[in-house]
Amino acid sequence: VSTTPIRTHEDVAGGVGQTVDRPDGTPKVTGAFAFSGDLHHDRMLWGRTLRSPHPSARIRSIDIGPALAIPGVVAVLTAEDVPGKPTYGLEHKDQPVFASDVVRYQGEPVAAVAADHPETALQAIRAIVVDYEVTEPLTDPERARDAAPIHPDGNVFRHLPLRHGDPDGVAPADVVADVPRSASGASAGSGLVADVPRSASGASAGSGLVADVPRSASGASAGSGLVAVEGSYEVGMQDQAFLGPESGLAIPTDDGGVELYISTQWLHVDHEQVAACLGLEPERVRLVLGGVGGAFGAREDVSLQVHVCLLALRTGRPVKMQYSREESFHGHVHRHPARMWFRHTATRDGELVKLEARILLDGGAYASTSPAVLANAVCFAGGPYRIPHAVVDGWAVRTNNPPCGAMRGFGVVQVCFAHEAQMDRLAEALGMDPVELRLRNALQPGDALLTGQVITGTAPVREVIEACVAHDLPPEPSADDDPMLLPGGAGLVAERRHVRRGVGVAVSIKNLMYSEGFDDYSTAAVRLELDADGRPVATVHCAAAEVGQGFVTLAQQIARTELHVSQVLLKPADTTVGSAGSTSASRQTWMSGGAVQLACRAVREVLLERAAARRGEAITGARRVRFDLRGDEVVDLDSGAGTPVVDLLGEGPIEETREHHHPPTDPLDEHGQGNAHVSFAFAAHRAVVDVDPDLGLVRVLHIATGQDVGRALNPRAVVGQIEGGIAQGVGLAVMEEMVIDEGRIRNASFTDYLIPTALDMPEVAATLIEQPEPGAPFGAKGVGEPPTISSTPAVVAAIRAATGLPLRRVPVRPQDIALTTRVDA
Amino acid sequence: VTTDDVSYTLAVNGTDHDVPSAWLGESLLYVLRERLGLPGSKNACDQGECGSCSVLLDGVLVCSCCVLGADAVDAQVRTVEGVAPDGDLSDVQQAFLDTGAVQCGFCTPGLVMAVHDLLDRAPDADELAVREAISGNLCRCTGYGRILEAIELAQTRRGGA
Repeated sequence: VSTTPIRTHEDVAGGVGQTVDRPDGTPKVTGAFAFSGDLHHDRMLWGRTLRSPHPSARIRSIDIGPALAIPGVVAVLTAEDVPGKPTYGLEHKDQPVFASDVVRYQGEPVAAVAADHPETALQAIRAIVVDYEVTEPLTDPERARDAAPIHPDGNVFRHLPLRHGDPDGVAPADVVADVPRSASGASAGSGLVADVPRSASGASAGSGLVADVPRSASGASAGSGLVAVEGSYEVGMQDQAFLGPESGLAIPTDDGGVELYISTQWLHVDHEQVAACLGLEPERVRLVLGGVGGAFGAREDVSLQVHVCLLALRTGRPVKMQYSREESFHGHVHRHPARMWFRHTATRDGELVKLEARILLDGGAYASTSPAVLANAVCFAGGPYRIPHAVVDGWAVRTNNPPCGAMRGFGVVQVCFAHEAQMDRLAEALGMDPVELRLRNALQPGDALLTGQVITGTAPVREVIEACVAHDLPPEPSADDDPMLLPGGAGLVAERRHVRRGVGVAVSIKNLMYSEGFDDYSTAAVRLELDADGRPVATVHCAAAEVGQGFVTLAQQIARTELHVSQVLLKPADTTVGSAGSTSASRQTWMSGGAVQLACRAVREVLLERAAARRGEAITGARRVRFDLRGDEVVDLDSGAGTPVVDLLGEGPIEETREHHHPPTDPLDEHGQGNAHVSFAFAAHRAVVDVDPDLGLVRVLHIATGQDVGRALNPRAVVGQIEGGIAQGVGLAVMEEMVIDEGRIRNASFTDYLIPTALDMPEVAATLIEQPEPGAPFGAKGVGEPPTISSTPAVVAAIRAATGLPLRRVPVRPQDIALTTRVDA
Repeated sequence: VTTDDVSYTLAVNGTDHDVPSAWLGESLLYVLRERLGLPGSKNACDQGECGSCSVLLDGVLVCSCCVLGADAVDAQVRTVEGVAPDGDLSDVQQAFLDTGAVQCGFCTPGLVMAVHDLLDRAPDADELAVREAISGNLCRCTGYGRILEAIELAQTRRGGA
């Protein structure tokens, strides 16, 4: 990767702004780091979950007798054994700990066992006899709203209408470019999105939410001077595919409670759900973060937490559970598949006037975070562009498909694929350069989003685009290139003369932190004292889940910068300190970084007070500025006299705890309007691909990006987030899809669900745009999500450029290229 | 799971370890992790697709999830815990740290083993050969960029030594 030079802040070694090594790096390269699945207890049992093989069925009876009869089986639990709340969930507690009457998705937990060996546990779950009456699954999200409810809470998680400006006052366009044939491979037919406003070609398929599109143009009124483009788009179901499967170790405690070592993204929200389902007072349940092998959204929801604790409490012994890869695919939520219809209206010189969109997210069987994912999809349906008028309707619905929830990009990934395809088509309809069109409409500070919210922070949209496209293109293909570098790689199937190159660009906006009035604060405690050798040492205690992103490094950097102390220790993240909120929404640098900063500053205040007291003064009011921490002394600025920090700490340790809250946000009103978001980050991606159209094979060879980071607090870690995020975006573009057939997952393994390898990963060239964000600790924006968002549409735009195909669906599969080409030819 | 229990001895990182009365069906990965207290080798897929359980078996890089523990009798097993003396780091491990190649770290031990294997066999491997050599090791966090940089750094340091 190449990056622009980044200014460093050399005042404190290992402080903020520098590339600093991870504190957990050495144990991670030696194998000594304890991931949650590495934990071991001599008396432990192995837990295992029995899951429904059916996406929809009634449970007539469950016979656990045969399982209990197996030697080595210690406990078998079903819904009857849940002492507390029978259901859990992040926003709505609609998901049973164990299914009792009906199962609503393939893989829904029905029972759990504890046994002396994992193989015994496997035999035990196979021995449980469940009598199912199989029922017809509801698998088409277009039908969900009007179908018979499959859950007492109904089939619509949320309908979010957005009305912005005066959309009805915009005259119809003179030209409506090309109406969707239903997205390649997308089901036509009836439903929410399929039912699109009928326009031109009269092609719209059926009735429903998305298909049923507003009638437009067809012989459109002449004279408005406006041009519209419309299209239907589809995004398949992506899996987070973190490497470390779900795992946890539950240990019963002497007070009748339980201690759970768990890989999660948010200890405290797990804690609250686990305690409620166990029927225990919160004080008797303690959660400690086990080492986390990646997350990407898949560890926001409870998976095995309640099951493993129930087994430990029932058996009185430590119980370890870890999912196999197959079970992991069934055991966590996925990225929502989406069906979308978009119509953009613009002036002939390329000024966006109006957006109409319908968005349908398939939430699967349980709510998870569907309502919030939908809010993101609707709020950011316009992308990083000024659009004065908009009508957007979004639905997130319940089906008997696998439950969907959080994944990196959280609702914005889906709409970005659609709006960026639309921007390219609009550019084509207008005869404009697609980058020019984007620059022309790029949001700036002071502009309003579709929600009416005015951007008060930084919005370097133009800068990220310009930095992105300024990167050199890779060399043209040459006959001397290794044939491994052709599409299809080691398969050596592509013919060089058939390969076509394409370039595409896409741009994105992402909200940082939680939205719609939620106060997702963080807490940190910082203790400063002398170690055994009389040297200052700071200890940070924060429940922020380190999932690989590097918060542990950042916490040390912040403490060094704020307290001028080189030794910074980290206490294990657990529930004995206040909540840090979730490691998601690109929020921990801002939220927990801010909490650590506040706690450090509170500690520093005490140091200053101690120094002042030694001079017989209380530092209040104007006298406060007389003292400052300079190097390893507190200096009286009037006299220049310094008091060494080690002397001040001789009076005893200093410990302070602080909460960090972001500025409050508002809920969205009935028109989807309101100041619902905290801050925004922007990115642009340019992809270069080689395609063999006959074989439908794609090689993504280069991605250039410009990313708005506010300020890079650890530049190398930022680059790591950018490259890793791009890998997942490339995966969604050309490789990754959970294949769901009548509610059943057909590819729950790394043999069949393919994620990018080192051979699939393109070279990345990145420029970090540093414009410090007002109100953000150290000016830094979260950086984790944007790389995943616009990289996908950039790759697909490049494939379109190489092939001339419409490609309205991701991932782009070989048949989407090869078979369409053949038909068109 | 008592009927097929067997007892055997494994030579891991130069030390003999007794494995008393284990189920014959246990993989080498399971035995290392759960019986010998060597959890450095990871279990991301348990079917030979991800490389996170990579170990050297008589010098050959294998997925330890696809080898029976009892099949490793009479072989020399080397795991990530054995690539450097206690308390020390191998050049590959050091290069991973120096380039920021570690994020969540779950793939790291397997990659360390794969890179040692590669650099011992083909110290001058070019970038494409390196990418191919580690293409059996899945990483979901890094996008491989810093890992490739780590390998290049290790190559440079070996060449310059």
